[in-house]
Amino acid sequence: MAARAIWKGVIKAGTVSVPVKLYSAVTDRTVHFRLLHKTDKQPVKQKLVSADSGEPIEYAEVRKAFPIARGRMVVLEDEELETLKPKDSRDITVTRFVDPKDVDSRFYDRAYFLGPDGDSKAYFAAAEALAKKEKEGIVKWVMRDRQYVGALRAEDGYLVLITMRHADEIIDASALQPPAGRPLQKKELEMAEQLLTALHGEFDPNDYKDEYRARVMDLVEAKAKGHKPKIVKFRPKPSKDEKLDDVLAASLAKVKRAS
Amino acid sequence: MRPFWSGTISFGLVTVPVALFSATRSRGTALRMVAPDEAPVQRRYVCSKDEKPLDDDDIVRGYEIEKGKFVVVSDDELEAVEPKKSREIDLRLFVDRDSIDPIYFDRGYFLVPSGGTNKAYRLLAEVMEKKKFAGIATFVMRAKEYLVAITAEDGILRAETLRFRDEVRSPEDAGLPHKTKVMPAEVRKFETQIAHRSKKLDLRELMDDYEERLEKLAHTKEKKHQDIVRVEKPEKEEPEDGEVVDLLAVLSKSLGGSGRKPARKAPARSRAKRTVAKKK
Repeated sequence: MAARAIWKGVIKAGTVSVPVKLYSAVTDRTVHFRLLHKTDKQPVKQKLVSADSGEPIEYAEVRKAFPIARGRMVVLEDEELETLKPKDSRDITVTRFVDPKDVDSRFYDRAYFLGPDGDSKAYFAAAEALAKKEKEGIVKWVMRDRQYVGALRAEDGYLVLITMRHADEIIDASALQPPAGRPLQKKELEMAEQLLTALHGEFDPNDYKDEYRARVMDLVEAKAKGHKPKIVKFRPKPSKDEKLDDVLAASLAKVKRAS
Repeated sequence: MRPFWSGTISFGLVTVPVALFSATRSRGTALRMVAPDEAPVQRRYVCSKDEKPLDDDDIVRGYEIEKGKFVVVSDDELEAVEPKKSREIDLRLFVDRDSIDPIYFDRGYFLVPSGGTNKAYRLLAEVMEKKKFAGIATFVMRAKEYLVAITAEDGILRAETLRFRDEVRSPEDAGLPHKTKVMPAEVRKFETQIAHRSKKLDLRELMDDYEERLEKLAHTKEKKHQDIVRVEKPEKEEPEDGEVVDLLAVLSKSLGGSGRKPARKAPARSRAKRTVAKKK
């Protein structure tokens, strides 16, 4: 099944141009629920109302405002907002190439495959060069009136574009204090390291399935037939501090038995 | 502020009670809606028949089994579908942190110790950080199962939700053409560009230009006293999912520290609260 391209652009890295098509690389398989009115089990409607009077408002009457300080906003007219829109362009401009290890994974938002648009020579050459040099490009482009920043990467000989979150959407862990306490004992650290090493392996996404999705659908079907599901609560046992090394030793013994 | 999820992480027979908070936040500067009478606009759920406003208690969740026919499902029922996974992240596999393809990454969270002792938390964080490991598991949060990678940085445990295999397409699924042989000269041309343009990552490039232009326009108009709307009533404190007024303060408190370290850089903008209240 050949997917439809959602956008076309041209990667520009200095003097090199690579024409590409954009395809979504991820799909959403979440079970979607609707909000219903409890009494008649029908979907609720959403209405816009004035916070002061509670009077309903038509969408066409709504104006947009920028919150400038607590309790104060500046109204921005549609014509003003129009002038702020980024300029239309087909360019995917590489601003720099970086070491992928320097990019915090929390910046990655949504992945797209890039495919060659027309001539594929420059496309596959770019993918090979990125893989060989172990770099990713930081790129900017405008798509559907929105400015994007993303990472241009090579995966498996193909080009992948991952949109990135903006800097101020990510909370900087360096602003946080890690939890403190008495220093950990050498023995505990050694045992924990042995345990984690014993559980170490390769990540294979094929090993994991969303089982919950299927079970939720079973639940829905059972309820549709009038069955009442049993509610089971899970109660975990918290591990106790003074026994941590015993728990670690028992864990290690268990892992060794299993292997 | 309530965590997104709370439960335990387990490795071997060791359990670590934790609470999970978002590591991403939406900026508080999203444009608000203003009514013709200059009051903020709110979204309100109403009955589809008589248009009467509804409280949260009047609203339930349902799945449409056929057109117009819904099966109501409660939060408790959804949690009971996978009771263990709703409360426990069981790390049975540890992998090299850098071996996970970024195409899988969905969203980042912080994990903070909750309840009792933080010793097991610190132990897991220290060993994972040293070994550059990520612990892999699946768990259920807010009526959805997630594949998750648990990592540690600067003594703090983090969770990155990952997409499932069937939520990620392959180059073949996307209909990409078979690889063709490339000319070494073409590769070199691109390599030269990489060599010329390789630099350190600069977070300033990840700033939102559009947001900055919006803010500038708003400030210019404010100085000219144009179109200013005052909200007399304080806005209702009702952060939406992932939206936190001062997440850092809450996290610092949960981590049990004496407060937050001075941030490396001052937050760029004030974060006003959202006008538009949204049901969870």
